[in-house]
Amino acid sequence: MPDPAVVVEDLRVRYGDLVAVDGVSFTAEAGSITAVLGPNGAGKTSTIEVCEGFRTASSGRVRVLGFDPASNQRRLSERMGVMLQDGGVYPSARVADVARLFCDLYGKGEQPSALLDRVGLAARSGSTWRRLSGGERQRLSLAMALAARPDVAFLDEPTSGVDVNGRAEIRAILRDLADRGCCVVLATHELDEAERVADRAVVFDHGRILAAGSLDELRAGQRQIRFRLPTDVVIPDFSPLGFPVLRDGDHFVIESSSAATVAALTSLLAERGLEPVDLRAGQSSLEDVFRRLTAEEQS
Amino acid sequence: MKPFLAQLRAELQLMLRNGEQLLLTLGIPTMLLVFFSLVDVLPKGSAEDPVDFLAPGILALAVMSTAMVSLGIGTGFERSYKVLKRLGATPLGRGRLLAAKIASVVAVEILQFAVLIPVAYALGWRPSGPNWAVAVGAIVVGTVAFGGLGLLIAGVLRAEINLGAQNGLYLVLLLLGGMVIPFSNLPLGLRAVARVLPSGALADVLRQALTGAADRPGLAWIVLAAWAVLTPLAASRLFRWE
Repeated sequence: MPDPAVVVEDLRVRYGDLVAVDGVSFTAEAGSITAVLGPNGAGKTSTIEVCEGFRTASSGRVRVLGFDPASNQRRLSERMGVMLQDGGVYPSARVADVARLFCDLYGKGEQPSALLDRVGLAARSGSTWRRLSGGERQRLSLAMALAARPDVAFLDEPTSGVDVNGRAEIRAILRDLADRGCCVVLATHELDEAERVADRAVVFDHGRILAAGSLDELRAGQRQIRFRLPTDVVIPDFSPLGFPVLRDGDHFVIESSSAATVAALTSLLAERGLEPVDLRAGQSSLEDVFRRLTAEEQS
Repeated sequence: MKPFLAQLRAELQLMLRNGEQLLLTLGIPTMLLVFFSLVDVLPKGSAEDPVDFLAPGILALAVMSTAMVSLGIGTGFERSYKVLKRLGATPLGRGRLLAAKIASVVAVEILQFAVLIPVAYALGWRPSGPNWAVAVGAIVVGTVAFGGLGLLIAGVLRAEINLGAQNGLYLVLLLLGGMVIPFSNLPLGLRAVARVLPSGALADVLRQALTGAADRPGLAWIVLAAWAVLTPLAASRLFRWE
């Protein structure tokens, strides 16, 4: 089996006294989308920036496509697509000129107009970056990464500020990239977005990894029922059910999703004449997984 | 070669499409040259016609505008908009990025001289026994000195402060002697300061090369060469890419 495209071993990044990344290890494979998840300030961007060669590790070992990014960024850059969290373009630069520049810098034969078409910016090619919306800027930044025809792509918050349709388009582009064999690594704090696009996830908090694996592995054994009740009803006594019904904000949560549990719950609600709102049974969301992991860490 | 040419084209597009940059690099030097050649109010040293004193100084000003202010402000904003960072993750590399910036400065300087020298001639400038080879040498050394200074300031200060600092320095260097005001019209203390500044030094060596009427060309060459060594050295040591 070939080595993973991205290998991070015991990575530490310090800024003075602040330890931003504290002994992190994970891998990301070619042909798959790996989401690096966690709240703002969890160490995601610092980790990604070490992989891109922008930042030096305090200690640990990082290999991207077999290269040490710190000493070989130039070689790596020929095969690496990068999307910064923000910026990267001069505000008075025109979209078409930026696309042309990056196609020429990488020299992989990508055509600027086809590239802009692919990210849905063809109609904006005459605009300056300054006049683009937040979502359009993200699309242009993605186009700059795609110009590399990358074997590995590091995308920092690729869908932030992008509207619903734009997100779906970006997800399709990322899936297409992975299907072509690219190792796609995206950092995001938007767990629901990661859930829709990623194959694997690495969950960060406070500079450490709380969990890593395929989404199914992360959610395994974590099945639940979630439901809400209309706000104007008296909350019934759930004790006859014989299993705990927990509160999570305005939701009720049962840590099981077996058919028997669903049947018991719905018949109790029917007896009381209550109509559940938004009743869901199945795997926990990544958000639930993340909350459970961070709660476990704190306790 | 292709990444270099692509980056050079992008640099020139940004410089030439930017109104403020064109005002700074072409508008102001041309206006100063025309106005003070026709309206004889500035001191002109030993020259009989104001344009004879002004023309070499304005060529020096053109070099300072492009190599220091235009390059410095542009690069400062590129740093704060993370353009330099993003380019750092492409096959371009820092060497070719710097080469493209230098080439774009040279291209704009050629454009400036193509406008300013004919305008000076039209205003009656007749350089006496000009040594254009020495003048070109002075412009190269001056470009290195001012380019180093512009990048040093851009690489150390935040973008907004850099913008103010570059413009402020431009005005100070313009007024402090040599370019549009002869050293001899400055008070003694200021004159000593002005002589060790790159602006006065470049204007003086250009004046020597083009009209043979310099103030102290030997000292000016030493000052200019020192700036051309020290500022790129300091910039390469202190420049922060982010």
